[in-house]
Amino acid sequence: MYLPDFEYFTPNSVEEACQLLSKYGSRAMPIAGGTDIVVKMKKEVLAPEILVSIGHLPELKKIEYVPGKGVVIGACVTHNEVQNSKILQEKYLSVCEAAHQMANNQVRNLGTIGGNICNAVPSADMPPILIALDTTAKIVGSKGERTLPLENVFKGPNQTVLDYDELITEFVIPDGSFTGSTYIKFGLRASGALAVVGVAASVQVEDGVIKDARIVLGAVSPVPLRAKEAENLIRGKQPSEALFEEAGVIASGECRPISDIRASAEYRRDMVRVFTRRALLKAVNEGHV
Amino acid sequence: MPEFVVGKDGIKRYLVTITVNGVEYTKMVKANSLLVNFLREDLDLTGTKRACEQGDCGACTVLLDGKPVNSCMVLTVSVDGREVTTVEGLASNDKLDILQEKFIEHSAPQCGFCAPGILMSAKALLMRNPNPTEYEVREAIAGNLCRCTGYVHYVEAILDAAAASQERKDGKNG
Repeated sequence: MYLPDFEYFTPNSVEEACQLLSKYGSRAMPIAGGTDIVVKMKKEVLAPEILVSIGHLPELKKIEYVPGKGVVIGACVTHNEVQNSKILQEKYLSVCEAAHQMANNQVRNLGTIGGNICNAVPSADMPPILIALDTTAKIVGSKGERTLPLENVFKGPNQTVLDYDELITEFVIPDGSFTGSTYIKFGLRASGALAVVGVAASVQVEDGVIKDARIVLGAVSPVPLRAKEAENLIRGKQPSEALFEEAGVIASGECRPISDIRASAEYRRDMVRVFTRRALLKAVNEGHV
Repeated sequence: MPEFVVGKDGIKRYLVTITVNGVEYTKMVKANSLLVNFLREDLDLTGTKRACEQGDCGACTVLLDGKPVNSCMVLTVSVDGREVTTVEGLASNDKLDILQEKFIEHSAPQCGFCAPGILMSAKALLMRNPNPTEYEVREAIAGNLCRCTGYVHYVEAILDAAAASQERKDGKNG
């Protein structure tokens, strides 16, 4: 398979990238790792006349801890860089594990976190765990910048709130009080399979009581979905397997799965029940794993 | 920003300098040049195979700055100034890499189409982790599909290569 012709720009900064995207409008698209866009261009799903490279920009390649702010992850950090980050391994091993489960080694060396988010595929592995940790996304455009909670970035399958001249530049996992978090995924194979169901959970347990919790479901609705009724059920209660089973039942009622080649809607719904229970138990008992 | 000239067809050619297997190449490429095609068609390095062409099978695996990537998804223009190692770069002075020796010894490949990719994934693993477990080997080649073998001999060969290169190193130190 060969690609159609296009022009390629290598800007020196995010600002310059946004100006190029603004200047060429719908004719141009940004490219980071390329694992999605190159394949979509081969299949003629996308046909940009201009690609603006952002994957090489050093300002988008950092992972750092900023006291008082949280862990800052640049948008063009690859999945393997997340997986191997000492800072993340120490604070949120759950995020490293999700990055590890995202795809095979070759793809993890190319594909970026920002790309995984901006492609807005419902089965993507990074959104649930990042949303469960209250991650925010910094969005920079030619007219200025804004910061949104990550869960508000998604509009539908392959759709985000980003304007054509806007880029996500970084994600911030704020210093929070979550005592545990996890992402568990069910795919049809151990490697290289998209999630049939992915469930992320984070909990804040104090004095044996769940003060706060997030349950985020992937691959069972057009966008990553917070199971808010299930969260409300467990807030203020003592963790127990029976409680988490009940939360699973509620969460499976909240999701909106479809039937496709990988699984039926009924199966996905029931797996949400099981995985919600397992994820909550894991986050309560094992910390950030 | 790589320099470019506009061809008679109105399409830009970008000047890139890429080190492949230790040799520096300076070439003009179009933006739509994929690394796998650049290696096979511009440099005649046909050891890197083209199969699924969408990042699933790993036949086109090369090392980019020491890390395994699917070269079917990499734009050549984005590799400007970087270093690529292909399967042709494993042997040195007509001496096979220990992984290649062990692949032969264990009869690891059958049809052989996936072998260059598996060699590169295994090479990257051993560079990072000279003493991997079986699980780590299986994990490292999980992005390389082989429809002949079932992977058993591949895994044995890679583990054997790791053990043999550890022995050689220990021998030298002793």
